[in-house]
Amino acid sequence: MSQINAVKEFIIENFLFGEEEEIELETDFFDKGIIDSTGVIELVSFLEERFNISVEDDELIPENLSSLKRVDSFLEKKLSQKVA
Amino acid sequence: MCGIAGIINLAQEQPITPETLRRMVSVQQHRGPDESGAYIDDNIGLAHARLSIIDLSEGTQPIHNEDKSLWIIYNGEVFNYPEIRQELVSLGHKFYTSSDTEVILHLYEEKGINCLNELNGQFAFAIWNVNNKTLFLARDRVGILPLFYTIQNQRLYFASEIKAIFSNEEIPRALDLESLDQIFTFWTTLPGKTVFSNIKELPPAHFMLISPSGIKINRYWDMNFLNNKEIFSKKSDDLVDEISETLTDAVRIRLRADVPVGTYLSGGLDSSALTETVKKNFNNELRSFGIRFENKNYDEGSFQSEMVDYLGVSHSEIIIGNDDIGTNLEDVLWHTEKPLLRTGPIPLYLLSKLVNQSGYKVVLTGEGADEIFGGYDIFKEAKIRNFWAKDPESKLRPLLLARLYPYIFKNNRLNQTLIAFFKSGIENPDDPFFSHNIRWKNTGKIKNFFSENVKDSNRNYDSYSELMKLLPAEYFNWDTVTKAQFLESMIFLSNYLLSSQGDRVAMAHSLELRVPYLDHRVIELLGNVNSEIKINGLNEKYILKQVFKDRLPASILNRWKNPYRAPIHKALLNSTMSLVKEYCSEESLKKSGLFETTKVIKLINKLDKSDTASEFDEMALVGIISTQIIYKIFIENFQYQYTESDTFDQFFDYRSVNEKLRKACN
Repeated sequence: MSQINAVKEFIIENFLFGEEEEIELETDFFDKGIIDSTGVIELVSFLEERFNISVEDDELIPENLSSLKRVDSFLEKKLSQKVA
Repeated sequence: MCGIAGIINLAQEQPITPETLRRMVSVQQHRGPDESGAYIDDNIGLAHARLSIIDLSEGTQPIHNEDKSLWIIYNGEVFNYPEIRQELVSLGHKFYTSSDTEVILHLYEEKGINCLNELNGQFAFAIWNVNNKTLFLARDRVGILPLFYTIQNQRLYFASEIKAIFSNEEIPRALDLESLDQIFTFWTTLPGKTVFSNIKELPPAHFMLISPSGIKINRYWDMNFLNNKEIFSKKSDDLVDEISETLTDAVRIRLRADVPVGTYLSGGLDSSALTETVKKNFNNELRSFGIRFENKNYDEGSFQSEMVDYLGVSHSEIIIGNDDIGTNLEDVLWHTEKPLLRTGPIPLYLLSKLVNQSGYKVVLTGEGADEIFGGYDIFKEAKIRNFWAKDPESKLRPLLLARLYPYIFKNNRLNQTLIAFFKSGIENPDDPFFSHNIRWKNTGKIKNFFSENVKDSNRNYDSYSELMKLLPAEYFNWDTVTKAQFLESMIFLSNYLLSSQGDRVAMAHSLELRVPYLDHRVIELLGNVNSEIKINGLNEKYILKQVFKDRLPASILNRWKNPYRAPIHKALLNSTMSLVKEYCSEESLKKSGLFETTKVIKLINKLDKSDTASEFDEMALVGIISTQIIYKIFIENFQYQYTESDTFDQFFDYRSVNEKLRKACN
């Protein structure tokens, strides 16, 4: 769960500027307007740098990135691939 | 154009002094540097600062009728005044000037408040009827010119600019927190409100009657769209011809002036069409003026140069760099009198300076064409999302958004996530704000920066409900694009485009803007045209392009429309960070109490470290800094220049105290 806390912290700092109340595990970033079009680039750059992964073009889909829960599952998958 | 100001007693007589009126015109002297005048009696004081454009020698205001029972102060132009004057002369009215001001006064004498239906122009005026002690205030149909008022201590104060009202020490100055909620949702206040508590604006197409029996405010004209059944539903040559003729006439009467008239030329369709119309039909010696940007992402120079060569106009331009934006922000806010979420007004402020220095007092501009002819991207976005809403699982329909916003979708990798962003609300296409919800929701996130005090104060306030109250009943029958067109016209046109980016930054340098696309005949004609014709497929302003298809180069007619924007991030956070130091320090944020310090500092640190910035972060930055500046210059430390020795060029003093003195002397 520590990885998702890091993502949550990044989103709170960068997109909500410290406002913690707005975000829960299943909050939809796009539907709630938390992340706008350019925000996606910031999020992906953060994930790549922080977790030392490479996000492929076909992985840049809402199913992987639109909520904390989805980012968490996506990271699990990417990190386990790395170990394997 | 000019600046007007006045005070009327609503109950018992309270003395109104010439000094008070002099201060009220002096603080807005940029609106009228040429002359000033005033009228005072026991009930009212009226004052005027004049920018002479028509009847340079005789048009000094206030102006009165034959028996001096009616007095007018007036800011603006009525372009069909020669025709009205002729009619009034035939009815026996006598004129002592050749100005349009006097024409309005006699038309009012003849027709009362119905005079407004006959005026084609841009104006805000006050007419005082000595006999029935009634003041008549009115504003043009679209809200091209400003008129503010407040009621304090049983007096009504009014003026072209709020600073004139604030020059009276008895007027309390505070920011209206509900208005801040509106600005940080819709980009501006809703009609009637200003960012200051208790300072109101007479909405466009409204008049106000202040009489001993009370105060009445009424609407006299609607920017309306007919129901689908009654409208032009297909393009016809007759329709294009009619619009072409009306537009040419709208330009023709707007060239009426006793000084030369220039044009703004950006290289976009609207200003190119306008400049072509003037040059080819009316003035072969035309001067045009344009803005260039050092930053190529904002510059339209190649299109501008193309039009200059094509038309052979004598063109002057200014080149705007990042430093120009930062260093002029405070001056611009002194004129706009409201916070901004973008920096677009600053280059226009500097352009009006160039025009003024070139010896010009009047220019025609292309404002309003996007609202009336259907030009904005948000209209097309609404159309695409509406089409997508009919098949929300379609993979192809949302890809039309990439055609609309190639600069957002430039990175193909992000297409799917961008589409998710635009999908928000797609399940509810009948939502009355379907077209604007994404934009407003995104802007509204800036409210997270508000301090706990502001949030608490606005906890039960909802800007959307406020907007709902302003919608006409027919609104709910209109198609998505027409609804979007109405929202842009009602909210953004007068309260941002024609003010913060129009009159206010032009008049800062004594320059009058005239806007032919907003001639009410053009608006009424286009109100009858189906939105499917206005935006044909995804081809915006289709009818306007038809009108000019043989008159402008294909490269201008077919070019992709770029929204007018100016730099923000690097312009406001420059190497000295002077704006941030002065207005976003812990101390200044604490003093205003409007924003939460830790969040503002996080935003600034994030932007300072980054080479790029999201649209949201940029909006938040301008919004916060400009609100802090407005607080500082209007609330905390309101200062203005006033020379005690200034006198009115013309002064009519009918106070009874002076009558008595006069009689005693005789």
